[in-house]
Amino acid sequence: MKKFTRKKDFDAIVIGCSAGGMDALKHILSSLPINFPFPVIIVQHRHVDSDGYLAVILNDTCSIPVKEVEDKEPLRTGIVYLAPSNYHVLLEKNRHFALSIDEKVNYTRPSIDILFESAANVFQERLVGIILTGANHDGSQGLKRIQEQGGETIVQDPDTAEYNTMPLAALKTANVDHILGLQKISNFLNDLV
Amino acid sequence: MNEQTQDIEIDLLLEAMFRKYGYDFRNYARASIERRILHQLSKSGLSNISEMQGRLLADKEFFKRMLLDLSINVTEMFRDASFYVAFREKVVPYLRAHPFIRIWIAGCATGEEVYSMAIVLQEEGLFDQTRIYATDINEEVLQIAKEGVYSLENIQEYTLNYQKAGGQKAFSDYYTAHQDTAVITPSLKTHVVFASHNLVHDAKFNEMHLISCRNVMIYFNQTLKDRVLKLFHESLCPLGLLCLGSKESVQFSAYENQFDPLIKDEKIYKKKGF
Repeated sequence: MKKFTRKKDFDAIVIGCSAGGMDALKHILSSLPINFPFPVIIVQHRHVDSDGYLAVILNDTCSIPVKEVEDKEPLRTGIVYLAPSNYHVLLEKNRHFALSIDEKVNYTRPSIDILFESAANVFQERLVGIILTGANHDGSQGLKRIQEQGGETIVQDPDTAEYNTMPLAALKTANVDHILGLQKISNFLNDLV
Repeated sequence: MNEQTQDIEIDLLLEAMFRKYGYDFRNYARASIERRILHQLSKSGLSNISEMQGRLLADKEFFKRMLLDLSINVTEMFRDASFYVAFREKVVPYLRAHPFIRIWIAGCATGEEVYSMAIVLQEEGLFDQTRIYATDINEEVLQIAKEGVYSLENIQEYTLNYQKAGGQKAFSDYYTAHQDTAVITPSLKTHVVFASHNLVHDAKFNEMHLISCRNVMIYFNQTLKDRVLKLFHESLCPLGLLCLGSKESVQFSAYENQFDPLIKDEKIYKKKGF
């Protein structure tokens, strides 16, 4: 395990979660200050039909704005971006978003692996990747990719996760930097400010 | 593999594909095309992209398989039910004003969206006065679109989509089950022309009342998206309508000011009048 890194210059935070993710996201995002100096990009698995409801709820609980990603939108700091349901989210080298409706990956669209892998290619070591609660294996390969590119990797402590399959799968696949409860993940992010 | 080397290899591969076979993916959204190429590379057993380039130049069959992988966009019938609800409520009355309606579905892939729109127009009593031009760059997927034979596996999902989209009949009225396939009823093809058209290079071919190009330009970079929006702008009659995918927009493009939103949430735009 690497040393606990603080005040390192990151460019973006990516978070992946599935079952139980809503409460975990509320916990973490509501702790972030309005001047949070990074973009946060989230894949939360949900039903194909769900509309922008999740963004509305999270927007109400957070001081920083939360919105769904639009195709070709430039990435901006201090904004929380949510992957829209039924689209994969990728990042281009020019730091604009690109959506795709390619085949499902790990039986899901959006897939955490796709976001994490493309973000790792763009930001390399200047990226923090976080895997939270979930009942499947999506995100493990992406987190591994972030680690290989020198980024900072965090997995929610499986003992504290509502569903531990996803954290356990990530821990098995990637040699992660930190295993933390939700409060400590919030602290970690706030310490970067 | 060094990132920079791989970038050069991908540039050269796309250049080779264009120079040798005329298919131009050079202005496709890079992150997606890179993913697809790397995915193909791992399937192919070749050791790097340069090797793929050599193979591609020498072996047309290899290129064809690759083309299919690079150009197929996944599609479904009545994707985004709310779009079709809005289409019935707001777009159909607009179309009704025209004695003859020309619609262009650009990038129709395997045709699911073409038949979805044909169903809506038929139920609204407009199909007989309509011609749908359904185009795609890829001849093989156009053939599938033309045949209108789909996997029965997907029909349950399409039926649900159809109902949520405001469908007025039993969805089974629109296909015949044959073994493990669903064959689209021939009446839905009567006013549809399937044709090859390449959005990267080809020009305007008729004046349209409505163009639907949903989730196609997400695969293009900004330069190509601007080019295609210009082509659509030229192809639409004054006050003609442009339908994009629910997470696309004319925003972030040079044509932002040439269209007014008609239904903002569904990304249905109206070309500005003169």
